[in-house]
Amino acid sequence: MSTLLLIEQVLNGLQFGVMLFLMAAGLTLIFGVMGLINLAHGSLYMVGAFAAAATAAATGSFVLALVAALIAAAAAGAIVELTVIRRLYDRDHLDQVLATFALILVFSEGTRWIFGSFPLYLDVPAALAGPVTLPGGIEYPAYRLLIIGMGLAVAAGLFLLISRTRIGIQIRAGEADREMIGALGVDISKLYTLVFALGAALAGLAGALVGAIQSVQVGMGEPVLILAFVVIVIGGIGSIKGAFVGALLVGLTDTLGGVLLPEFFALFTEASSAKLIGASVASMAIYILMAGVLIFKPTGLFGGQT
Amino acid sequence: MTRAAMINAALFAMLPITAGVALALDEPFIITLATKVAILALAAVGLNIALGLGGLVSLGHAAFFGIGGYAMGILAHHAQSYTPLMELPFLIEGTKSMPVIWLVAIIASALAALAIGALSLRTTGVYFIMITLAFGQMLYYFAISWPAYGGEDGLSIYVRNGFPGLNTLVPIQFFGLCFAVLAVVLWASGRLARSAFGLALTAARQNPERVEAVGLTPYRLRLVAFTISGAVTGLAGALFADLNRFVSPTMFSWQMSGEIMIFIILGGVGRLFGPVAGAALFILLEHLLSGVTEFWLIYVGALLLLVVLFARGGLIGSLAGREVAHD
Amino acid sequence: MIEPLLETRDLCKNFGALQATDHVNISLVPGEIHALIGPNGAGKSTLVKLIMGSEQPSSGSVHFAGADITDLRRPERARAGLGRTFQISSLAMEHTVLQNAVLGALGRSGRVMRFLWPVMSDKALVAQAEQALERVGLADHRGALTGELSHGQRRLLEVAVALTLEPKAFLMDEPMAGLGAEGSARMTEFLDRLRQEAPILLIEHDMDAVFQLADRISVLVYGRVIATGTAAEIRANAAVREAYLGEEDA
Repeated sequence: MSTLLLIEQVLNGLQFGVMLFLMAAGLTLIFGVMGLINLAHGSLYMVGAFAAAATAAATGSFVLALVAALIAAAAAGAIVELTVIRRLYDRDHLDQVLATFALILVFSEGTRWIFGSFPLYLDVPAALAGPVTLPGGIEYPAYRLLIIGMGLAVAAGLFLLISRTRIGIQIRAGEADREMIGALGVDISKLYTLVFALGAALAGLAGALVGAIQSVQVGMGEPVLILAFVVIVIGGIGSIKGAFVGALLVGLTDTLGGVLLPEFFALFTEASSAKLIGASVASMAIYILMAGVLIFKPTGLFGGQT
Repeated sequence: MTRAAMINAALFAMLPITAGVALALDEPFIITLATKVAILALAAVGLNIALGLGGLVSLGHAAFFGIGGYAMGILAHHAQSYTPLMELPFLIEGTKSMPVIWLVAIIASALAALAIGALSLRTTGVYFIMITLAFGQMLYYFAISWPAYGGEDGLSIYVRNGFPGLNTLVPIQFFGLCFAVLAVVLWASGRLARSAFGLALTAARQNPERVEAVGLTPYRLRLVAFTISGAVTGLAGALFADLNRFVSPTMFSWQMSGEIMIFIILGGVGRLFGPVAGAALFILLEHLLSGVTEFWLIYVGALLLLVVLFARGGLIGSLAGREVAHD
Repeated sequence: MIEPLLETRDLCKNFGALQATDHVNISLVPGEIHALIGPNGAGKSTLVKLIMGSEQPSSGSVHFAGADITDLRRPERARAGLGRTFQISSLAMEHTVLQNAVLGALGRSGRVMRFLWPVMSDKALVAQAEQALERVGLADHRGALTGELSHGQRRLLEVAVALTLEPKAFLMDEPMAGLGAEGSARMTEFLDRLRQEAPILLIEHDMDAVFQLADRISVLVYGRVIATGTAAEIRANAAVREAYLGEEDA
């Protein structure tokens, strides 16, 4: 394999990884602060994608589409938090799983009701449609570079938010000791709604950005959600840093596994069956990675002791 | 007889009565629906061993359901195409015999549950939920990417597999067979709940430290429970595949895992007959609502939300009032 | 000298810079009640965890019945014959009193992998459990749900479950806590007789009970044993008076 192709695949892996980070960061924040497992996070991703596609179709502006995605997902998140989620904080994980599973059904079928069963398409803005030439002569789609850049910028912003701001202090206090933040005079229910809406906005942003390179359709969120779970299991629950490292690991493993594993098996068997075996093993590569982490560190790479 | 026991008996009788009436009215479709309820209830009875008794919130039981389904699909596929399953190191032929298929389905799904459980049970709580979900998804993608058995399109089996002494092509006979399997497994799972193992397992759910202090290992108890649970759900998968004469990766999907769990919740967690009530209610809703609206799952979602938020005992709980989960 | 049944040898546990357990050597010989006392934060809980296997020591070892059990897990220590009661009642609250006791007997028998035979029909296990309940005076409550017991009754049930294990030694973590005067007196009387069956390592805040029961007392301060001796010796010990019994000497 050529170095050029390899670098291109590494970039693809990075792009996939930062998208997963946007999903996983929200999930891990919500779990860390409120102790809630939210299966409906994938629905918020879908809401962002649909809002972006609809806005882009109406206005033709990609920037407006992104803004709409952020607003729609954050609003959906806030509404869901106020009506359903806040009743679940004191419940056990089983109730949380079931209620948020029910929310998936409502979101998915509701979206199908409004937008129909056919996928929508969101076009990459014209200015970013072409490739750019990177140092070393690598041609790479400008839009995908933008995704990587935005993902990294959001990650940096999130780190700053958590480590430097008042909200961040409250969030960290909430993760350490839920009763403490009440004592600090923080309005807990407002903080919870805010954190949930923030997580939702990140998911919606991811949905909108990915929506331009894949089709926008009902059910697009759940496969990403499950990958985000894998990311969190690998990184450790509640850790933003873990989510970041885990997301890049998963993104790179999945992308490079799809390319390298067939070549790897070609060393042992003939080309056609190597391709088959390679593809099948690649489809499981990230789960094998997860199993490996579980064997050596059940609480994840950056998880605390249980 | 307590009120709960009467409701259980009524629920249990409801299935064969429905099938019998449908037979008299010559409505084979209704018999098929009753068969579907019995099979899905069986899958949920399996999950309930892990969830209700062990407190293990597995969101990946579709893995075992799918493995059971593919055990049937692969064996019957080789039998109908007259190709051996493998020739080396020894010859294995396909089969159209249900007892053999069931045995293979049970063993294969038990082994998978043992492996997945051994890893997942190293963690607890929300990790466990996410990991079981992820392993389920792993098998889903594997089934899609492995082309030998139809990949994304799945496998069709032309003729339903046979059972000695029965004509399984007759709907009422196949229903009777599935119902008998459900009855046997319900009986066994009721006995399990009251056995030595059941006592230790339920105690480990409530207080693992206590169980350790009497010299028992919660991990081992849970792993055995998870394996039994997976095996039962795998058996249901083989029957489900035979009902449809078709297997596809959707049997592995996370929605399937969620639905199996919904059956338990709609019926009532930790109740022996909860899965039967839940599966019956779900299929009834599907049947009634899907005629009215294409988006019937919205109503199922809303109902589930209401049950979780306001009626935690499920259907049996609402009918029978509060009752302790064990006896 | 009598061979100790339970013994810690130079047991240490650090949490970062904090030395929670500092070269602790304590022993339990057959027939005795050895009480472990110390102010809050002295490291009693950590020492219990080290002995029961909930924490691994930084250095040192734990010996029981002639074997090094430092590397054994909690269930293995229980099977080796170390019966315990918890500081905070730790029972299966949804099960009946009798079921909790049967769980103990079941653990003792080791025959847990029985899947189809009702455990409450196992006459031998139930008889063993009922006998233990009888001894602590809970026989009348056998059918009650554990969650509905009073606090004091739960303490008694903890002891009953430990009895079903027929352990070689008991480790009891504040069995008197919250019992009230009458309950404490009864528990004291019960433990007094129990020591003949198996020695007891007793962690307790109730000083009346400790001085009444203990053959030996060890005083733990800042993770170190500052004195071990009879009740009279401990009362007279200057270091103990200064560190623990209060400022009246100062």
